[in-house]
Amino acid sequence: MKDYSVFDVVGPNMIGPSSSHTAGAARLGRMAAKIAGDNVKKVRFLLHGSFAETYKGHGTDKALVGGILGFSPEDDRIKTSFDIANERGVEFEFIPIDLGDDKHPNTVKIVMNTEDGRTVEVMGASIGGGNIKVTEINGLEIEFTGAYPTLIVKQWDVPGAAAHITNCVAKNNINIAFMSIYREQRGNEAFTIIEADDHIDTNVIKDIKANDKLIQDAFIIEGF
Amino acid sequence: MNFTNGKELLELCEKHNKTIYEVCIEREIELTGKTREEIMDRMKHSLEIMKKAIKKSITEDIKSVGGLIGGEAKKIRNRLATTNKSVCGYLMSKAISAAMGVLEVNASMGLIVAAPTAGSCGILPAGIITVAEEYGLTDEDMLNAIFSGAAIGAIITRNATVAGAEGGCQAETGAAAAMAAAGVVEMMGGTPRQAIHAAATTLKNIMGLVCDPIAGLVEAPCQKRNAIGVANALISAEMALAGVESIVPFDEVVEAMYKVGKTLPMELRETALGGVAATCTGCNLTKKIFG
Repeated sequence: MKDYSVFDVVGPNMIGPSSSHTAGAARLGRMAAKIAGDNVKKVRFLLHGSFAETYKGHGTDKALVGGILGFSPEDDRIKTSFDIANERGVEFEFIPIDLGDDKHPNTVKIVMNTEDGRTVEVMGASIGGGNIKVTEINGLEIEFTGAYPTLIVKQWDVPGAAAHITNCVAKNNINIAFMSIYREQRGNEAFTIIEADDHIDTNVIKDIKANDKLIQDAFIIEGF
Repeated sequence: MNFTNGKELLELCEKHNKTIYEVCIEREIELTGKTREEIMDRMKHSLEIMKKAIKKSITEDIKSVGGLIGGEAKKIRNRLATTNKSVCGYLMSKAISAAMGVLEVNASMGLIVAAPTAGSCGILPAGIITVAEEYGLTDEDMLNAIFSGAAIGAIITRNATVAGAEGGCQAETGAAAAMAAAGVVEMMGGTPRQAIHAAATTLKNIMGLVCDPIAGLVEAPCQKRNAIGVANALISAEMALAGVESIVPFDEVVEAMYKVGKTLPMELRETALGGVAATCTGCNLTKKIFG
């Protein structure tokens, strides 16, 4: 059993009406945009389960779009996120869909087209109390929550990549709480996800990306 | 300074001659490694959000997303301003208006603090802020009261549940009301023992309450359940401050509440398939909202 912080009990601070359907949705949108590199031009939300059934009444749609625009769950611009997206020229669409019985009832698959012409897919679930987990990036099954400062590295599945990453992490004095490596196929692209106890300094990104033979991309998820 | 149930919390308070909020703040410092100042500043921000939500509900026009509620908090305040025949008295009427108002802000996509959930977000601020205003207490008193309440909420979350989907409304608004009761007791000079008895009484008073939101939305009957929640909290606080104790200890009440929650059929746990959600009117409103 967990020792709950007072802010787990009195919190989160959030735009209503539902921590799972609104606050969690905003977090998922923001997380997806961050993973895509924060330059989303067009986005499709594939809504599963309870998200598909009740997204309008809970403002899940506005919260997801707000998240894509970078709004936190307590940003009151969520309420008018459709208008702001239109002003910024961000296209959005909602599609209720069945993603399968094994998926959490509050699951969304977010398919984004970026300004630089990439397509990025992020799937995640809102698991209660405004907490989320990301379960898939570009079809690759992964798992992290964003509750800890998180370092995500997209690397090539080649010898030395993990050693390079952990060296950079050690050099920047980051204590690893959890670390996982995911890949789909041998020799193809892979993800390393490192969750740390404390703030992750952006210097580590520079160090990791310095080796472009091993590393494709690296970024930090913090403050979710 | 950690505690896992009411008994341990009271033992810590009595051993160190400290209030519940003091124990709770020290536990938070140990748990998170943050400084007291950081923790207090963060809670100050939450208190400001709570105050603003109450104010917004009685000064602005509010309509919920589903269209079922909005403007009721204002109606209660308007009657209070124009009558000398309040049935509940000034403080209680103001408190129920505040609880309903914060829920209205939540349902209209306004900013609130989940306490412990969004569906029960009106009860803790309504209880603590209304009583503090009535008796000229300070922001520091209110902050401390929130920590007293948070200690109770942490115990219920740990040993039972505060989710309507798991334990029904008794778990959700019940926990919020128990938190508010404990906070008000300590804020009014009551002892930790009295605060814990107030929390126990509050939970007993609504044991078995089902979660049956119309159309599955956090609007009705949630808004009025927040009103009854704060009333329950204030009644229980009044009893405890007078020395009236719960016959069954807090920890046993929490356990009983959890057991009752688990025996509630699925239809009565936030699925909108039972209770008032499944009435003829409830079903018609659902069709109207979702088409």
